[in-house]
Amino acid sequence: MLQPHIPSGTDTDASRLVRVLKLELRGITKRFGTLLANDHIDVVVEPGQIHCLLGENGAGKSTLMNVLYGLYEPTEGEILIDDKPVTFRGPGDAMAAGIGMVHQHFMLVPVFTVAENVALGAETTKAGGFLNLDDTRRKIKEISDRYGFDVDPDALVEDLPVGVQQRVEIIKALVRDARVLILDEPTAVLTPQETDELLDIMRQLKSSGTSIVFISHKLREVKAVSDTITVIRRGKVVGSADPGDSTTALASMMVGRAVSLTLDKSPAKPLEKTFQVKDLTVIAPNGQHTVDGISFDIARGEILAVAGVQGNGQTELTEAILGLQERVYGSILLDNVELVGRSVKDVLNAGVGFVPEDRSVDGLIGTFSIAENLVLDRYDQPPFAKGISMSPAKVLENAKTRIDEFDVRTPSGLLAAGTLSGGNQQKVVMARELSRPLRLFIASQPTRGVDVGSIEFLHKRIVAERDQGTPVMIISTELDEVMELADRIAVLYKGKLVGIVPAGTGRDVLGLMMAGIPQEDAAAEGHATASPEGGENA
Amino acid sequence: MPDEHHPKHADEHAKPHEQTPAAEETAAVVAVDTAGGAISPSAVPATAQSGKLPGGPDTLVRKIFTGSGMVSVLAVLLALVIGGLLIAATDQRVATTSSYLFARPTDFLTAVWNAATRSYVALFQGSVFNPRGASVAAQFAPLMETLTIATPLITAGLGVALAFRAGLFNIGAQGQIIMSGILAAWVGFALHLPLGLHLLLVLVAGIVGGALWGGLVGLLKARTGAHEVILTIMFNYIALYFLRYLLNTPAFQRPGESNPISPILDPTAVYPQIFGTQYRLHLGFVLAIAATVLVWWLLNRSTVGFEFRAVGANPKAALTAGINVSRSTILVMAIAGGLAGMSGVAQVAGTEKVLTDGVAATYGFDAITVALLGRSSPWGTFAAGLLFGAFRAGAVQMQIQTGTPIDIVLVVQSLIVLFIAAPPLVRAIFGLNPRRKKPAKAGKSQHAAATGGAA
Repeated sequence: MLQPHIPSGTDTDASRLVRVLKLELRGITKRFGTLLANDHIDVVVEPGQIHCLLGENGAGKSTLMNVLYGLYEPTEGEILIDDKPVTFRGPGDAMAAGIGMVHQHFMLVPVFTVAENVALGAETTKAGGFLNLDDTRRKIKEISDRYGFDVDPDALVEDLPVGVQQRVEIIKALVRDARVLILDEPTAVLTPQETDELLDIMRQLKSSGTSIVFISHKLREVKAVSDTITVIRRGKVVGSADPGDSTTALASMMVGRAVSLTLDKSPAKPLEKTFQVKDLTVIAPNGQHTVDGISFDIARGEILAVAGVQGNGQTELTEAILGLQERVYGSILLDNVELVGRSVKDVLNAGVGFVPEDRSVDGLIGTFSIAENLVLDRYDQPPFAKGISMSPAKVLENAKTRIDEFDVRTPSGLLAAGTLSGGNQQKVVMARELSRPLRLFIASQPTRGVDVGSIEFLHKRIVAERDQGTPVMIISTELDEVMELADRIAVLYKGKLVGIVPAGTGRDVLGLMMAGIPQEDAAAEGHATASPEGGENA
Repeated sequence: MPDEHHPKHADEHAKPHEQTPAAEETAAVVAVDTAGGAISPSAVPATAQSGKLPGGPDTLVRKIFTGSGMVSVLAVLLALVIGGLLIAATDQRVATTSSYLFARPTDFLTAVWNAATRSYVALFQGSVFNPRGASVAAQFAPLMETLTIATPLITAGLGVALAFRAGLFNIGAQGQIIMSGILAAWVGFALHLPLGLHLLLVLVAGIVGGALWGGLVGLLKARTGAHEVILTIMFNYIALYFLRYLLNTPAFQRPGESNPISPILDPTAVYPQIFGTQYRLHLGFVLAIAATVLVWWLLNRSTVGFEFRAVGANPKAALTAGINVSRSTILVMAIAGGLAGMSGVAQVAGTEKVLTDGVAATYGFDAITVALLGRSSPWGTFAAGLLFGAFRAGAVQMQIQTGTPIDIVLVVQSLIVLFIAAPPLVRAIFGLNPRRKKPAKAGKSQHAAATGGAA
């Protein structure tokens, strides 16, 4: 599998793609002020290997990769390529040395074509200063054919599905002669099927000699594709792991203590159905039906999880329930009271607890104190306010209770919420929403960007709320989370309800449903194509 | 767009010195969670993809308005130094000594120093304390004058500051003062009511006038989404030309007068002078102090202020928490207008006692500077208002005593704004920028390059 290093003098397009190099990070330390983001990290990426950097959010993986990609200068330590030390002053240097990076958020210009995006930054011109894209088109075609990418060089990027956009990013790196490809959390935005396709692409790239640094915290994927696993915790390498190790062992190593990956959850005891959605349609300002004729209901003491790839109407659905959407048609009944057309305040006062999908945008005010954030939707009610006069003492008192109860790690409730880590911010939002009697609890992406330890805690709280007899609706793009929490699973695709299936439904079937294939067909096809990884539950 | 979080974080690390030790510590916690700030937590993709960010394009303005008080102080200091140099540059003695600068440089430097200090001493004597005054009363006359001029600056500044805390850039204080002045003056000279009631009605009329003029902007913004900056600018023009029109109508023009000037307000309609008739200082100043206390309470201790601040800091989160953003917008603009309206009353019922088309002078615009200098905090605005009042009052004495033109004060004021708008410049000049964290900074710019397609 290992290819000899072909000197650059004899470059041909084909040889470029099979050149290999050995990459070594030696004693990389990166400080930000008093913070040690990377602490003497040693990583060796052997040629033609998929090397996984496994670690929780904030462990320092991305910082390390930004050092490698020339975005940060390391405080200490050196980068060696083929045993020779190199210094990168910017991504340009890194690219020239054969390192390519696919960022978590794609860096593509949506209104440009694939070819234009790939050429961007390295455009060649014809006589007279005209852009020459023929060469780029040819290269895209070649790479696309080689790896079965199925990418049309002339398609507009904004028209492409997320999975294909990611391939464009990979092509960008490959066209620039990348021999080590860094993939930063590449599966975060993909459907399970797209994820499997990406894993296949990674294997193909490896077999043609490209090394891959795969950054992830999803154990299932890591186990499926890695050759070597380096576990990073709090900026330090805590050890290497073997892809054959159990997921529990990997998770414990990543978190630094024993974690239970499966949730202790008693079977649901559904009571009466107090929440009903009938023929709900939401029309976006551009006329698009973002939610299209959805009907479902949730019983007290039951968790309905809404699965779907991001952007298939989940956000609009929750916003419609909360009263944040303008054009909502149909009916939303909570305890036989119509919620459509009511103000957000009315809906909240009707007993709806809501955890928005993006805490930093919708859930918290970063410059407000934690205490103020904990009363963000009740600041005008007793005991926090009498008339229009607020009581800071009561607000702070409440904060102390909630901070203890939800184990928010902060020295004081008076600190700005924006200074908290993502997991603690999420705990603040959850603490606020769960600290009053609820008639309905909606949580959108309840554990996004939250470390494994906090996930465990937050999931327990959600189940506890269910067991108190509250109807619970969870919206998640993480299939693992959906499968873990749900008593029933509703799948959304392009604003339509593909179906509602029982909790035990297989990952492959759900994956196909998330791509819009109805349950019956999905079940049939799922059995035909179920792959070993596809059927496994992490 | 998808990358907007990165530069922000990188920026945070580029200037750690801005933070207090405690903040630094907690920032470190965040940084851990965001991989040293390089990458936002994975909560970000949703944000990035929907392209919505809290704060939005106004973030820079916001930063400037609510930055550290230290920068304000340094900006004033720096502006005074440069102002001093400008004064020296036009000084006769400095010009003479500069001709033999190399022969005897000390002469030149002494001349520069003298020119600047002489002017500033005069400025001080004209605004705070005049030791040459015949009596104690005369010695303190400049201070009284300063407080008188500061009164409308403070209340209008509070209006701008309050709106700003709610995320609105209210530059309509000028128009709000004018509308308030029109109503207050009319009540003052056209109605003849008993003592006490008359003044109360003048005050109410003025505040209502300003509040309506401001509230209308809020209403238009909330209902139609029109931008408040454009609206307030236009409303300033409407108010000014409306006033000029009125002053040429029989209802407002003083009988037998061809100039656009109103009748003098009834004695029952004007603010009493606080320290007797030898000073112009009137009740309006006490009301300005009261307004400052009220605004402080409103912002920090009331549900209304909580809503204002929430809407200003993160309107999306406020909306999600059930706060009625439209109502807040209308209400805050009305209150801001009411505060500016107090300035209008202070002018017509306190200082001028008539209505002319110069009723608002430039108070409405200076109020923006005052709020800016005061970092949009109530007491900061109060202090900034006093400072600008002192500049205005002292400038006259400065011109009389030293021949330094009054305009130099405007230059100093403008320089203050300039420096406040460019905190890094101020810090660089005072050597407060510790060695820049080069990698982080590089990360920022290079990352931008990367997003440009180089990646």
